[in-house]
Amino acid sequence: MKKLTRTLKSFLLVELASGLWLTLKYMFKKKVTLNYPFEKGPLSPRFRGEHALRRYENGEERCIACKLCEAACPAQAITIEAEAREDGSRRTTRYDIDMTKCIYCGYCQEACPVDAIVQGPNFEFTVETREELFYDKDKLLSNGDRWEAEIQRNLEQDAKYR
Amino acid sequence: MPKLIIDGTEIEVQAGTTVFQACQQAGVEVPHFCFHERLAIAGNCRMCLVELEKAPKPIASCAYPTADGMVIKTNTPMVEKARKGVMEFLLINHPLDCPICDQGGECDLQDEAMAYGKDRSRYEENRRAVTDKYMGPLVKTTMTRCIHCTRCVRFITDVAGVEELGATGRGENMEITTYVEKALTSELSGNIIDLCPVGALTSKPYEFKARSWELKKTESIDVFDALGTNICINTRGPEVMRILPRLNEDINEEWMADKARFAYDGLKRQRLDRPYIRQNGKLKECSWDAALEFVATKIETAKPNEMAAIAGDLCDVESMFALKELMQSLDVQNIDCRQDAAFIPLETRAHYLFNTSIAGIEKADVCLVIGANLRWEAPLLNARLRKTYLQSKLKVGMIGEELDLTYPYSQIGTGPEAIDSLLNNTHPFAALLKNAKNPMIIIGSALMTRADAPALFQKIQQLIDTFGIIRDDWNGYNLLHKAASRVGGLDIGFVPNKSAMNTEQIIEAAQKGSLKLLYLLGADEIHLKPHQNCCVIYQGHHGDIGAQIADVILPGAAYSEKSGTYTNIEGRVQRSEMALFPPHLAKEDWKIIRAISGAIGKALPYNSIEELRYQLVEKYPHFGHIDQLGQDKWQKIDIASSSKISDKPFLNVIQNYYMTDVISRASLTMAKCTKDILNIQEQHENKRVANA
Repeated sequence: MKKLTRTLKSFLLVELASGLWLTLKYMFKKKVTLNYPFEKGPLSPRFRGEHALRRYENGEERCIACKLCEAACPAQAITIEAEAREDGSRRTTRYDIDMTKCIYCGYCQEACPVDAIVQGPNFEFTVETREELFYDKDKLLSNGDRWEAEIQRNLEQDAKYR
Repeated sequence: MPKLIIDGTEIEVQAGTTVFQACQQAGVEVPHFCFHERLAIAGNCRMCLVELEKAPKPIASCAYPTADGMVIKTNTPMVEKARKGVMEFLLINHPLDCPICDQGGECDLQDEAMAYGKDRSRYEENRRAVTDKYMGPLVKTTMTRCIHCTRCVRFITDVAGVEELGATGRGENMEITTYVEKALTSELSGNIIDLCPVGALTSKPYEFKARSWELKKTESIDVFDALGTNICINTRGPEVMRILPRLNEDINEEWMADKARFAYDGLKRQRLDRPYIRQNGKLKECSWDAALEFVATKIETAKPNEMAAIAGDLCDVESMFALKELMQSLDVQNIDCRQDAAFIPLETRAHYLFNTSIAGIEKADVCLVIGANLRWEAPLLNARLRKTYLQSKLKVGMIGEELDLTYPYSQIGTGPEAIDSLLNNTHPFAALLKNAKNPMIIIGSALMTRADAPALFQKIQQLIDTFGIIRDDWNGYNLLHKAASRVGGLDIGFVPNKSAMNTEQIIEAAQKGSLKLLYLLGADEIHLKPHQNCCVIYQGHHGDIGAQIADVILPGAAYSEKSGTYTNIEGRVQRSEMALFPPHLAKEDWKIIRAISGAIGKALPYNSIEELRYQLVEKYPHFGHIDQLGQDKWQKIDIASSSKISDKPFLNVIQNYYMTDVISRASLTMAKCTKDILNIQEQHENKRVANA
């Protein structure tokens, strides 16, 4: 009996018809394809993209060279050297992230006691050479300046879940 | 011997033990901040509270003596609550600045707060803020972090013996201060950084430089004095970040002198990192091959009696051994490891050792110091004498310049005539020596470097005979060297034989021009203008006095950059490990000497440091006994000397504690100490003003 139904179905092209019916249905639904890069999908406030070093509103850099991000980094992508600045405060003289090593786990952001190092919403930072992915302090701070508005909004949205 | 029960287990302890120590012996950990086993008991942090059965309230275990039948509990809810309460009080005024605190990661308060701290504060009043105090160029203060354990005060007052630190005010207003704004003048001040359980006192040169968890620790031996302090070199990558002491009860306990702790920045400055040859009066960089070839031709053209070698103060035994073998293969007898031209009796090993041993000082009851500035030549030895003075009223007599030893002593005289006054019993200290149970004498460089030293050593032998300083069960004869390489050099016989030239004669010959080749192995403390016929080979790690007069420079390794053997003043053989590699083209010292021996076709029979050490031990078996004190038989000092004793006083050989060798002279921190602690610059300026 089973064998008979299967033979009958294949002769009557039932699978083909149901497949074409599905195709027909989607022809009249709303399109999901995005016209990237002119259109973009939504991002979670927790999205872990390109790193940035933030500043306080008065322009003072947040990072205090505690080296917790360096210690937390499982890929050992972060290198920090620190020294007392002229005014006696603790600051980094070097803050490097090797983006080729980074695995975007977000531990650095979790470890930071002053919300200085964050992973912002930017994921479009492809470059043509490897060297360009060795980020230094200037690059990270300029990232922070560029993305501050988005980063702050994301942090505020995520704050109530922490 | 009281028996007590701690957490249900019975333990028997020595009478006089505190409850805290009993807990430690029972393997029960009790949190504490103010208690330190080498300091007086203060009992003011209250963290070590434990429950004593039948007592109405918890007791501070560190200050509570044990008694028979006590029942101690450390794991009850009452103890837990007490500790949490104390911790909450401590954290009220302690700022939450662990991320910017240098103590972070190695902080006692941080650790204990993980166990007993709350995650938030209930305190809503104003918090205490304290102005930071100036304590000199070595110790950085952040006094708001202070929890008033007074470990630093107790150390500076009791161990270091200078009363420069204290507490003013009471309760919340208590502040640790230097009273007036001035730098700590103790040579041991760096130890309060280690003692501070929080980040109130931290190291100024190390400020914000590194974190404890990113440092590689290498066990090593200090070379800034001859004590052989056990140290731990902390490195990150190719850089020494800091140096900490290691525990060794027989030598440094757990202390360390400031020069040893802070002179490490000299290792990064003025380094010789490539070979140089002098051409037309100027030193020019060259390759190793060129330098070795230059040295080889110079060696081949000189006759054995026209060559000489002097080893400096920071050398390891291996390099001196290799150099001695090289010189022997060339038939050169003019070798000396005493660049200060000191006279040292050498008949038996006991003649040049600190026979009482450093720990043995504590058994002595009378001590006679001749021609030594103990505070500067061996700060930790002086601390040991002070400890003995405090524990058992050691009586110290001094012949030499008057100075502040941090404990009272009787000044017998300044020159050799004072020795006579003891011998013919005209000075009251003679009676003390006579009646002493364990008398000891310490002879310093100020005596050894005098021209009339042989005659003075005859006097010393008379002292030994008159006062019974050496018995079968006690040897109170001690030579205090100030160079780390000295005893090792004497052990391997890096000294000229009777017919050969010693340092003084070598220098004279080099200036006259009768010497064709002078090999300086890290010897910088010699002052000579070499004759143009004399080729000076300098092997060392810093561009200092030796490098200035050199015709060829062979860059060697500093003590942190090689594995080496050092013998301390007691004759204790110790070994250090390599913490980092020598900079650029520089090489380990024994390798350079081995390369020279190859270049002249008389290759020394070892290709690795292990092979070298094997030969060293074969020739001098005591080098096989690491960290052990040998038993060296005493024999009379028998020196035939007709020289007359001059009546000049014994003058201290060290003018500036903070700058005694190539490394500390290159150090910025030590320069700051010289200026701020010793005010040497000021004195010079005053002199200049007075002269003008």
